[in-house]
Amino acid sequence: MKTVYVDNNATTKVAPEVLEAMLPYFTELYGNPSSMHFFGGQVQKKVNEAREQVADFLGADPSEIVFTSCGTESDNAAIFGTLDSYPEKRHFVTSRVEHPAVLNVCPYLERKGYRVTQVSVDREGHLDLDELKESLRDETALVSIMYANNETGVIFPIEEIGEMVKSKGIPFHVDAVQAAGKIPLNMKKSTIDMLSISGHKLHAPKGIGVLYIRKGTKFSPYIIGGHQERGRRGGTENVPYIIGLGKACELAKKNLEEENTRVRALRDYLEAKILEKIPNTLVNGDRYNRLPNTLSVSFEYVEGESILLLLSDLGICASSGSACTSGSLEPSHVLRAMGVPFTAAHGSIRFSLSIYNTKEEMDYIIEHLPPIIQKLRDISPFWKDYLKSKIKD
Amino acid sequence: MWEYSEKVKDHFLNPRNVGEVENPDGIGEVGSLACGDALRLTFKLDENKRIKEVKFKTFGCASAIASSSALTEMIKGKTLEEAEKITNQDIANYLGGLPEEKMHCSVMGREALEAAIAHYRGQKPVKEEFEIVCKCFGVTDREIIKAIRENDLKTVEQVTYYTKAGGGCAKCHPKIEALIEKVRKEMGQGAPPPKPEKKKLSNIQKIKLIEETLGREIIPALKADGGDLELIDVEGDRVYVALRGKCSFCPSSEVTLKQYVESKLREFVSEDLVVEEVRS
Repeated sequence: MKTVYVDNNATTKVAPEVLEAMLPYFTELYGNPSSMHFFGGQVQKKVNEAREQVADFLGADPSEIVFTSCGTESDNAAIFGTLDSYPEKRHFVTSRVEHPAVLNVCPYLERKGYRVTQVSVDREGHLDLDELKESLRDETALVSIMYANNETGVIFPIEEIGEMVKSKGIPFHVDAVQAAGKIPLNMKKSTIDMLSISGHKLHAPKGIGVLYIRKGTKFSPYIIGGHQERGRRGGTENVPYIIGLGKACELAKKNLEEENTRVRALRDYLEAKILEKIPNTLVNGDRYNRLPNTLSVSFEYVEGESILLLLSDLGICASSGSACTSGSLEPSHVLRAMGVPFTAAHGSIRFSLSIYNTKEEMDYIIEHLPPIIQKLRDISPFWKDYLKSKIKD
Repeated sequence: MWEYSEKVKDHFLNPRNVGEVENPDGIGEVGSLACGDALRLTFKLDENKRIKEVKFKTFGCASAIASSSALTEMIKGKTLEEAEKITNQDIANYLGGLPEEKMHCSVMGREALEAAIAHYRGQKPVKEEFEIVCKCFGVTDREIIKAIRENDLKTVEQVTYYTKAGGGCAKCHPKIEALIEKVRKEMGQGAPPPKPEKKKLSNIQKIKLIEETLGREIIPALKADGGDLELIDVEGDRVYVALRGKCSFCPSSEVTLKQYVESKLREFVSEDLVVEEVRS
């Protein structure tokens, strides 16, 4: 059975060039970059190069790059590292549709006595900018907003938000885990103070992330240890992964155009064909202001996990915002925040593409998806009811 | 990814008896679109009052579809009295087991069967006569008690896995906890226990007794750990307390409260007490 992998917002394939760059650092080049001898020194040189590659990708200075273990650590470090620097400020602003790496910090902060504002989104997934603006006050320690949503791909107007936040002198953190590699990033011309990215979303391996911290930003280290990362993150450098991420960032910069042309065209083709062939299908989120690789669609009156497993049986790997897939009993917090009706929220499927996908793969999905949805609708008690009600109308 | 048994996969990929029986003798409908799963079961009896034909329609995940399909196979040819004896555990066993988080799918099957039989007998749907404990998913105390009894459930989490109750806003967790305690007590003693001979307390007596119990049983232990606890208010059976000192920073304070304070207060004051933490 062939594998059609269209779940790239969950994780991506490690690029062959990335793996190749990493391998020597598992074998002969195993030195510790902090060592005084030549054996460690040659490794440090490569780590510095990787830092430059990442900085170049983000339009940042290499000294502003902090390597972490993952996107979640970057987000946590940005939040706790900032709150710790402003102990007198007890207010945190974010959105209702963040990744769990930010979202689930909120109840924790509330338990610690912080006030948290979670800005809402509308039916299209757009942030309520008025609500955001009104929430900002003197005691606001940090605003953290994602660049683009992982489930719907909807992109937030980060620079517009940044202007608002910076005009009040508040630090601004952005989770760009899904945006990196799909939206051009240039920290030199940005209002962003801190930015998180994750290696495995852009063809580097799992277990490596970055927190960009603008020069002059107050930050208390979240992991305390040695002098690594200029004292901002203790722990011996994860050398092979750092080198892999450097290479991945170099590739991502090169592939940015392809993501926005060929990958976008594939996604648009998939979307158009699905809407054409399957009735009662809705696209979740603003279709125009969206990551080029992401498509969230809801098939009414059927349940997402069933769709995923039938797709999986044919080698097609996607994901769902349905309740049943996560083990929780409610559909995704993103779709609920957007007010997607239950008829559709439980039957949502996310296809997320990468540069490794082909038109043949899209055709394979388009061929097999309609009968799957039809099969499940034939089993669903609501589909016939719906058809009956339609005839009455 | 869920680990489904081969039998679950088979019944999901090749569901048996899909559809609706024409002119059915019994119809059972449970669940809803909002809840994320729903099942419509229809059956027809033969002249010997055995289930001749049975069909299902299900909206839900793989295990919901498989549980429905399995149920129809299990009850075919049975009398209603025989079919009635099938428990959700029987359905799960038939399928070679279900992940615990998915046990509510087997419960949904059993409930649909029960509803269909009730419909055939001209009985009212049972739901209305009982208290809805979980408002998010519309689960009654009767359903929860039955699940606890039949599956030997011990925690709120398990009750959520089996009935969905408590899987939404979590406001009903204290109620579910009280039900677990009540049912387990009854199970332990075989028959329902005689009501304890605690005389009804006036509000003032109750508050006094709570204060005494806190002072004697709870606060000394908390203080030993650098914490403290203050009684804020008592409203009916709800006891509002605030944690002080070290306890107020402790992430496990909720557990501390629930398991420790509540059990002590229930032991010494009244079994119906629910402890809630307030921040002030």
